[in-house]
Amino acid sequence: MEELLSLAVKAIFIENLALSFFLGMCTFLAVSKKISTSIGLGISVMLVQAITVPANNLILTYLLAPGALAWAGFPDIDLTFLGLISYIGVIAALVQILEMVLDKYFPSLYNALGVFLPLITVNCAILGGSLFMVERNYTFTESATYGLSSGFGWALAITAMAGVREKLKYSDIPDGLQGLGITFITAGLMAMAFMSFSGVRL
Amino acid sequence: MGLRNFFDRIEPQFTKGGRYERLFPVYEMVESFLYTPKTVTTAAPHARSYVDMKRIMTYVVIATIPAILMGLYNTGLQVNTAFEALGPSGWRAAVIDFFGIGFNAANPAANMLHGLLYFLPIYITTLVVGGVWEVLFATVRRHEVNEGFLVTSMLYALILPPNVPLWQVALGISFGVVIGKEVFGGTGKNFLNPALTGRAFLYFAYPAQMSGETIWTPVDGFSGATALAVSAADGFQNLSAYGITWMDAFVGTVQGSIGETSTIAITIGLAFLLITKIANWRLVVGCLAGMIAFSTLLNLIGSDTNPMFAMPWYWHLVVGGYAFGLAFMVTEPVSASHTNLGRYIYGALIGFMVVMIRVVNPAFPEGMMLAILFGNVFAPLIDYFVVQANIRRRAKRNV
Repeated sequence: MEELLSLAVKAIFIENLALSFFLGMCTFLAVSKKISTSIGLGISVMLVQAITVPANNLILTYLLAPGALAWAGFPDIDLTFLGLISYIGVIAALVQILEMVLDKYFPSLYNALGVFLPLITVNCAILGGSLFMVERNYTFTESATYGLSSGFGWALAITAMAGVREKLKYSDIPDGLQGLGITFITAGLMAMAFMSFSGVRL
Repeated sequence: MGLRNFFDRIEPQFTKGGRYERLFPVYEMVESFLYTPKTVTTAAPHARSYVDMKRIMTYVVIATIPAILMGLYNTGLQVNTAFEALGPSGWRAAVIDFFGIGFNAANPAANMLHGLLYFLPIYITTLVVGGVWEVLFATVRRHEVNEGFLVTSMLYALILPPNVPLWQVALGISFGVVIGKEVFGGTGKNFLNPALTGRAFLYFAYPAQMSGETIWTPVDGFSGATALAVSAADGFQNLSAYGITWMDAFVGTVQGSIGETSTIAITIGLAFLLITKIANWRLVVGCLAGMIAFSTLLNLIGSDTNPMFAMPWYWHLVVGGYAFGLAFMVTEPVSASHTNLGRYIYGALIGFMVVMIRVVNPAFPEGMMLAILFGNVFAPLIDYFVVQANIRRRAKRNV
């Protein structure tokens, strides 16, 4: 339990997907104008991340890893070269299913998330989460924890970003920097503040 | 009033249509620095107050004076003490020989002069380089240069170690002023504290010159660790073995950045800011409460391997930059939260973070700078949630 907790803290703060790995930048920069929308997007990323990382973990353990197909009678087969394409496929499929489920059973949440759900399919933070899971050899419980907490870390970062950007509405930014330019600078400065966690060993 | 007449005479040169129209911000800066500006706001809403930006900024500069004096004294004291063992060296020794005041560490005047010889080059570099950027932006973007820069430059110079190379001083203040403040439109429009932004930039860009044991006292061959570095390595209980008592840390005769060592001098400055209501007391209360609560919690948890867990709150208060940050940076109104409840939360977040970084993060012995920057990032979000909660509560009341 303690290990899972420290894994969660690590994924949220120390190895924040947005501010220390700079993953999921396109949505991070584009959909952080309003706090309310960025909370919605953050929750969807968290949801998708919490489902896809453990799902990909299962795929890796029972289908792709060397010797994983022993249960089907093929102990010598190593399918890890199919990893990338399978993870992407799983993410796309799961997002699609999630969208349909939400549309059917939770229409209000579905409407609130709107266009963000399909957008998340191509969010590199999601694929990044799965690839980190593979690289670090997480077990199933670890990958479930990692998925949820890394998604939460990303949601925290985009919400803070939206807060800063709402404040920056009152600032007087030079013409050339308006829009994306100042957002990049803001993201960089926020990353500097998040460096307070770098070096924490748990 | 020859000076006033002089300003009145040259003013048409700078106003619209004048010969030096583009240099109006420079003229305005000098004029409003010397005289109370005569312009008033023309568009509604109007709020009458004697506390204008000029007064706020000037008060903050006044509040730093005790910290500056103690900083000068302490820098000189540390250097003179080191000289007793290692012998005088450097160009400053030649200057002091010229004045004939000597290197006696027991002589406060000698310490002050020696400290001044370290502080002045840093401060002048900060003022010149930062001032050039400020005027450049003001001229091109046609806004005013105001006294805020005096505060930024003073705070920035006070949080540098005495041994910092001057080109790094220039680089840091450039980053702080340009990226930390001017790209957002100048004073009052930034979201991070500009002085801390510059300092953090230096810290991450040149860790060799910004941390360690040889930077705090600028004498070749001398090394002395800060109280925090000692505590992180050996435990605060052993500080007395290094000749540091709680009283030393409170008065400020320890290793550290120029202005941050003396808690007593900083407390005087903070009291001044609180009495004049420049600093909001809620921020101070929040930050103290967060620090005390979390450090006490860590004391209770305890740890066999990490001596920092056992450090009590009254030590956290006096070592490192906590007091300085609390007095001059947490209370900075622009980058803090703006709602009253939010101020408590913002302060508590910083108090929590500073203990967290000091105790749990072995990479950085000091945490105040990063804790405040972290608080700055979340300040707008805290405000948002406080306002939302308020809206919900009032909506419920008036169904």
